[in-house]
Amino acid sequence: MAGMKREATVRRMLEQSPPPVPPDLHGDAARRGARILRRRTLVRRAMWLLLLAVTVAFVVWALTARPWVEPPSETTPPLTGW
Amino acid sequence: MARHVSENASRAREFEAYVAGAGGRLLHTATLLTAEARDDNPRARRLLTLALARTYACWDRLHGEDPYDHTRQYLATRFANSAWHELGGLLRSRPHSGSPLAALSPQERLVLVLRLHEGVAEEQTAALLGLPAERVRAIFNRAMVNVLRPPRSPSPKVAGVEAVPS
Repeated sequence: MAGMKREATVRRMLEQSPPPVPPDLHGDAARRGARILRRRTLVRRAMWLLLLAVTVAFVVWALTARPWVEPPSETTPPLTGW
Repeated sequence: MARHVSENASRAREFEAYVAGAGGRLLHTATLLTAEARDDNPRARRLLTLALARTYACWDRLHGEDPYDHTRQYLATRFANSAWHELGGLLRSRPHSGSPLAALSPQERLVLVLRLHEGVAEEQTAALLGLPAERVRAIFNRAMVNVLRPPRSPSPKVAGVEAVPS
């Protein structure tokens, strides 16, 4: 009971005299928010470009190096029994 | 392209209406958190502008979630992090004595404002701050004791004003 009363007192204390709102608050916030969005778009685009570049590089390497082809044998069996 | 432009315009309109409705209360909350005087609150304004900018950036992904909750959550976590960074500069972050919460630590202010001024339940406050509920209750009780303690002699008040830079 006393706790509720104390909470009400503090709540009243907090609620008095709200500060005046600056006139262009939403404009400022929207500008900053738009900047965040632009930056995110740029980062996303850069990541896609990087992914694309890595994929292309891998495909080119794979087509030139052909790692799936068995390399030609470099040793020959010894010639015996001629 | 035209769809993109109209989307931007409608987002800007909705956002303006939201800030017109909730801006005053959010600025009051931010000013209580930073313990600044009601007409000299640059930190609170900066904090709120950042939080609102985040909400603007996420506006299309809220999907019916309350933007007020989103802004308040960012405000609280951002304040908690910045208060942690300012622990070193005790003199620099000394709150303005014009606030009723000037005598409290940043963490006590955060919990007190969330619980009493914003009416967030204890469990939700704990989840928001990443603390156990018992710890939130302890901080809240300590904050209540500190805030209701009668102010001491006016001499520290003067010292507090002099310590505020610029």
